[in-house]
Amino acid sequence: MLTPKQLNRIMQTIRDGFDMPAGIEISMECNPGTVNEDKLRSYMSLGINRLSIGLQSSDNNELKILGRIHDLADFEATFTSARRVGIKNLNVDIISAIPGQTPESYLNTLTYVVNHDPEHISAYSLIIEEGTKFHDLYAHDGSVSTSPSGSVGRPISAEERKKDDPTTVNINLHHSDFLSDRPPLPNEDDERRMYYDTRAVLAKAGYVRYEISNYSKPGYECRHNNVYWTGGNYIGAGLGASSYYMGYRYRNTADMASYLDMYSDGKGDLKHREFTHPTDKDSTLVSDRLSLIENERIHEDIQKLSVKDMMEEFMFLGLRRMDGISRKEFADKFSDPYDVIYGDITKKLAKEGLLESSGDRIRLTDRGIDVSNTVLANFLLD
Amino acid sequence: MDQKHIRNFCIVAHIDHGKSTLADRIIEKTGLLTEREMQEQVLDNMDIERERGITIKAQTVRTVYKAKDGQEYVFNLIDTPGHVDFNYEVSRSLAACDGAILVVDAAQGIEAQTLANVYLALDHDLEVFPVINKIDLPSAEPERVIEEIEDVIGLEAKDAPLISAKNGIGIEDVLERIVERIPAPSGDPDAPLKALIFDSLYDSYRGVIIFCRLMDGKVSKGTHIRMMATGATAEVVEVGTFGAGQFIPGEELSAGMVGYITASIKNVRDTAVGDTVTDDDDPCAEALPGYKKVQSMVYCGMYPADGAKYPDLRDALEKLQLNDASLNYEPETSVALGFGFRCGFLGLLHLEIVQERLEREYNLDLVTTAPGVIYHVWKTNGEMVELTNPTNMPDPSEIDYMEEPIVSAEIMLTSEYLGAIMGLCQERRGRQTGMEYIEANRVLLKYDLPLNEIIYDFFDALKSRSRGYASFDYELKGYEKSSLVKLDILINREEVDALSFIVHADSAYERGRKMCEKLKDEIPRHLFEIPIQAAVGGKIIARETVKAMRKDVLAKCYGGDITRKKKLLEKQKEGKKRMRQIGNVEIPQKAFMSVLKLDSE
Repeated sequence: MLTPKQLNRIMQTIRDGFDMPAGIEISMECNPGTVNEDKLRSYMSLGINRLSIGLQSSDNNELKILGRIHDLADFEATFTSARRVGIKNLNVDIISAIPGQTPESYLNTLTYVVNHDPEHISAYSLIIEEGTKFHDLYAHDGSVSTSPSGSVGRPISAEERKKDDPTTVNINLHHSDFLSDRPPLPNEDDERRMYYDTRAVLAKAGYVRYEISNYSKPGYECRHNNVYWTGGNYIGAGLGASSYYMGYRYRNTADMASYLDMYSDGKGDLKHREFTHPTDKDSTLVSDRLSLIENERIHEDIQKLSVKDMMEEFMFLGLRRMDGISRKEFADKFSDPYDVIYGDITKKLAKEGLLESSGDRIRLTDRGIDVSNTVLANFLLD
Repeated sequence: MDQKHIRNFCIVAHIDHGKSTLADRIIEKTGLLTEREMQEQVLDNMDIERERGITIKAQTVRTVYKAKDGQEYVFNLIDTPGHVDFNYEVSRSLAACDGAILVVDAAQGIEAQTLANVYLALDHDLEVFPVINKIDLPSAEPERVIEEIEDVIGLEAKDAPLISAKNGIGIEDVLERIVERIPAPSGDPDAPLKALIFDSLYDSYRGVIIFCRLMDGKVSKGTHIRMMATGATAEVVEVGTFGAGQFIPGEELSAGMVGYITASIKNVRDTAVGDTVTDDDDPCAEALPGYKKVQSMVYCGMYPADGAKYPDLRDALEKLQLNDASLNYEPETSVALGFGFRCGFLGLLHLEIVQERLEREYNLDLVTTAPGVIYHVWKTNGEMVELTNPTNMPDPSEIDYMEEPIVSAEIMLTSEYLGAIMGLCQERRGRQTGMEYIEANRVLLKYDLPLNEIIYDFFDALKSRSRGYASFDYELKGYEKSSLVKLDILINREEVDALSFIVHADSAYERGRKMCEKLKDEIPRHLFEIPIQAAVGGKIIARETVKAMRKDVLAKCYGGDITRKKKLLEKQKEGKKRMRQIGNVEIPQKAFMSVLKLDSE
């Protein structure tokens, strides 16, 4: 974890370049057992007002299987400290469908988390993605029934594997005991049960599901996540960080040496770089900024989104949210009526019980959420 | 040139025994090409041939050899196709020769195709002399092989040249032997024109180029020629002989010579292999014997993966047929696959070659249905229907009985694999007709086998079960009565015509079960459950279910994931495009083909 001094420098840089209105959400992620009360107190004094803790499971065995180095006691300590120092907005990450997990043990995790009463819970169902070691382990015994790409039963060539980035759910597989004696993935029935239990248990405890994997107490939706799903700008700083800014999507290099080189003054110290947010009125600055994005050596995979791209993202990101998308917002943003672009497919999917619309809004049904990739792929335009 | 100084011959060998390499050496030693000009194998100039190491189209080359007697001889080396599918073409090429060189591998000895080819050559009254190749291999046993040739074939082999075509050892011997042993042609140059077509080639500038051997008479520019079997007539534009890889125009071809004729002919079908070319103004009394209309043995449906490419497929087939008279096709329609063609081939290899050429040279993405043979369906009203497409099978109530083509097969193998191979033949409904020990540990097995049992993967099974120590050759024997049924596949209760095929009643259940299992793996889960059923005569004999998709969702999608997640959705969408819609089920193209490989396990 960053030392308070390091964090201070970062925060100061941001404050120098951006307006930071009162009540802004400043969130920080941490693994259980990596912070103590002193540290947390310092972070808070620097403005951090939301903490996200990766619990994953309340079962130490399952944590081991996931390759986590913390145990339940670590979480307990971190969570308690966070509350004690007065952090009022806490998130806890949990995972279902871990190898070896049963609906009962998962229910224990759910109950455990609910009893701690965090403001926000991210509940992910483990997905074994192609191109990960986990996939290699589980793909051959038939327990991986569906892969997210929908290429069921299709053998994956080494070539294709290389193209796919590593998984979303980070799992370390260096534990040899796990490799040699791996427990099976939960079967489909159990997996679904855990998935439905998540909703039921959390709803009962007063959490509102506002996105496929995200639940919160009223008023505690994660603001920065909502930025992603509603097409807002975000700037990622640091190694490998992604940004979407001024219509460009790009990623910082993951190579430490070239990253440091970019920001070093050659004497071992970091250069101070101005970063001012241009306004639409200031057209020179806007074009400067675009050329900066395109010319910055550490920026990779720079992609200028077309209107078509933006429409597609509006849909497949927006529909991840439970309140779905607004036809009117679509029309305002793209000056094409929603129905002209997506009317037919919306009708078809509604008829199949995968989408529902009420008034201006269109959202996924429960069944639509279950098979959302299949549904969302329909919104890609030719 | 005086016929005395012409030698028309071919080389016969089992595959890989070094036929093409020897041909290269002969061309090289006769000084027609410098080494630099030599392609690796001059005769095999098509890509596919080179990759597969086999010769598809017969090619021919004329070289000049100055023999030890101080005289110059013209060698016409006629290359013959090396695969059983092209047996008829082989026989026509042989008919154009006066003699043959038999190449036998010094390590492997006689193989199935050695026998088949040498008997074919002897049948054509060719003078055959053996050559032992690859004598420089550590495992070479020339004495044993010489003995084998004498014992099994009955050819004198004691003085056979011992050569290494690869390393150029003993080639002079072979050249002298050609002069000594191959008889000179003895046709009558003053008799009416009588020439055998042994191959033809379509050239977009010159039309069809006829490859022929003149038996009698002469032909030159302006001669009005007639193909005696097809009846086509044309006026000769050019005649000439074959350089290595090029045509050398000449004044005239006369009896005993091998060369080409062009006459602005538009279709290779007019110049069928085996046909006789004569002078329309002064025709010969009778055609040369042995002409056969080429019969397709194996049929399958070919469909463009993208329905819109149908015209492209039609054009490509048209163009291929210009050069390959043994390729047949006619349009057909499938409910599942749309518009396509039912294509007829000489055999499975021919099918694969055509498929590959369509995909490679014409850039087409194809869906191929299960290959089948021609069945004879005898109906209760006495009528006989030749069935090439299972979909057209008459109603069982109208069928009296059915017949299927049977081949006589010869399999040469080492005795340790005897049990395994006999087992294989048994599984394929084979009937043993003979077994001979050629040597203490080499056996010649003879079987009658239904053709439809060997067109799928018999070669592969043979190879794997004998670890490559078995060789195989067959010829069509005739039709036999058989208990056959049409196996239908229903996906989500809809019959998929492109997956129907004819099968022996005894294996219907087994095949049906395997088909269902295979399809279950190939068809992705949908939003609903999909039953896959196999049926015979409307009765379900096997069933599998593709369960409904329950979960297909990305748990996480944050700022750094968006590009990749979108790619994932795009991939999913692209995947759909490669599927065929049957009812509301999407079936991947490759599912249609994967069912052809049921016996891989």
